[in-house]
Amino acid sequence: MATASEALSAIHEETLTKQPLTPAQLAWRRFRRHKMAMFGLLLLILLIVYVVGGSFVFAEKYANFVNTGIKLQAPSQAHPFGTDAVGRDILARSIYGGQISLLIGLAAVIVALAAGVTIGALSGYYGGWIDSILMRFTEAMLCIPQLFLLIVAAKYLGDKIHNFQAFGREFSGSVIVIILIIGFDSWMYLARIVRSQFLSLKEQEFVTAARCTGTSNLAIIAYHILPNSVAPIIVNATLGVANAILTEAYISFLGLGVRQPTATWGNMLESANRYLETAPWLWFFPGLLILLTVLAINFVGDGLRDALDPRAMVE
Amino acid sequence: MGRYIVRRLLQAIPLLFIISVILFVLSVEMGDPLATFGGRQVIKSEDRKRLTRQLGLDKPLYVQYIVWLVGNDWMTMDVNGDGKPDVDENGQLVYGTRKGILRGDLGTSFVTKQPVTEMIAERLPNTLLLMITSEVIILIVALVIGLASALKQYSIFDHTVTAFSFIGYSMPIPLLALGLIYIFAVYFKRWGLPYFPTGGMFDPQAGPSWQQTAWHLVLPVTAISLISIAGYSRYVRGSMLEVIQQDYIRTARAKGLAERRVVFIHALKNAALPLVTIVGLDLPFLLAGAVVTETIFAWPGMGRLFYDHTTRSDFPVLMGIIMIIAVLVVVFQLITDVTYSFLDPRIRYD
Repeated sequence: MATASEALSAIHEETLTKQPLTPAQLAWRRFRRHKMAMFGLLLLILLIVYVVGGSFVFAEKYANFVNTGIKLQAPSQAHPFGTDAVGRDILARSIYGGQISLLIGLAAVIVALAAGVTIGALSGYYGGWIDSILMRFTEAMLCIPQLFLLIVAAKYLGDKIHNFQAFGREFSGSVIVIILIIGFDSWMYLARIVRSQFLSLKEQEFVTAARCTGTSNLAIIAYHILPNSVAPIIVNATLGVANAILTEAYISFLGLGVRQPTATWGNMLESANRYLETAPWLWFFPGLLILLTVLAINFVGDGLRDALDPRAMVE
Repeated sequence: MGRYIVRRLLQAIPLLFIISVILFVLSVEMGDPLATFGGRQVIKSEDRKRLTRQLGLDKPLYVQYIVWLVGNDWMTMDVNGDGKPDVDENGQLVYGTRKGILRGDLGTSFVTKQPVTEMIAERLPNTLLLMITSEVIILIVALVIGLASALKQYSIFDHTVTAFSFIGYSMPIPLLALGLIYIFAVYFKRWGLPYFPTGGMFDPQAGPSWQQTAWHLVLPVTAISLISIAGYSRYVRGSMLEVIQQDYIRTARAKGLAERRVVFIHALKNAALPLVTIVGLDLPFLLAGAVVTETIFAWPGMGRLFYDHTTRSDFPVLMGIIMIIAVLVVVFQLITDVTYSFLDPRIRYD
């Protein structure tokens, strides 16, 4: 009897003295238990190590080095992934291409986040005619098949942005073009999610309280409502990165994406169609890398969805 | 209901207006349509100027938009560029010939000089054949797989399906399509097995026939289906798991109905209902075709038409295709909502 109550008070002691876990720690705890999500995270880390670490092994000059004497060679010891139609090493190109593909995925989502959160927040918070106009615009964007709009926008911007230098390397201006058009073509669902969050949150008492103390509309949006709707935004943005990488691959495959010699996983697939029978390594390796990356991000996104759900069991 | 439909159709007008403006601005300015106008011949600069005036490309953007919208048969033409309206040999003023999209004239292609309506009518059946075949297969397979994995939740089968559906919707289309071609066309040929064609709708030597088309349909349909089955079957599984926990299912079981009847009549009917929405919203985009798949398999559909004419800056064709799709999206959304309220009487629009 005495031991039981002692044990009980010990437990009470522990719960009372221990620091409560922050929401982020709770989420991480749930995320860790999600096997597929942890697998996805591991895979993603490996892929990042591959594209970043690889650039210490091969120089960018080597990845872009044209040698038509060794074009379309099958995988061998000298070129483990084979060579492409102008004799460039596919292994080295897949490393530098991966950097650009991942960069495009991330940056496009940042653009989409900026547009989607702004439009969704304004629309949900102010309502009225602002809401009507913004939501009509969102609907209009959703009525156009995504790839069609991207093709037209890619053609429109085409070579309007010049090449630029960054990190001591030269980047094709088309990288920026692709980031912008994918970003501005994938904010619509985000805007709708943010809007619906704002619609319900703005009626809550803490918003009324903030308004009573004279907080400005902008501060209420940015500091009171937005932090409360961050969970669905994070999940959507994560899955958005996967989508952006796939979309880049499609536009580049069609030849409207990032220009050569800058490699991306997408434009490495571009000429693969022509050498279908003779050189399967042209499309196999970049295709596989895209698949693995998108798969890993989708796993992580799925895990985040479960981990960030406030209704999920708190243990 | 009637008032609801009318209101929705009225709301569609500003929507279509916004879409047309966005795309018009992008597609008119995206390149030089005259660059490929003369085919392989180079156009003389005088001819180029005359053509520019004839096509109205010298006009400001908003005038071009109005002409595209309502036509130019009320405007005088100035093709010779002398600043005065043209007159024909009888001394009559010459007017434009275009009627505008509002009167059903989608214009004429810069590349083929064919009416856009004709070009779309030529391609649409091919796309419909490809996409509807795929959609039917997707629906049947997704229903079967989704149902099976919901009934055997957390079984090995369910886990396998989950894993494959993740791979399915993470799959880049080129990898899947080229992989299928490589195995079933290239390798099967090497092994002396009956192999599938790599592209097109028929063998040029055999000529077009329905057997040829069916044979050429197999690989593209497989590629499109495999990717979409993943998402659809997850959806069926989720909605089936939700339905199976409802009270009316317990009631059906409690009154001693056969399990098969409970699953197929009581549960499946309700679980499949949300699919109506998904299919209804997907349909117009199916008409748009799958640009990447059609390109890989050299399938002469709408997606290819759109892509080919974008690369040549042929904006009447692009605008025609996109506006038709946009109208269909609006119409199908309405049909979906009406059908849904018919299938599920709990939903009312007033």
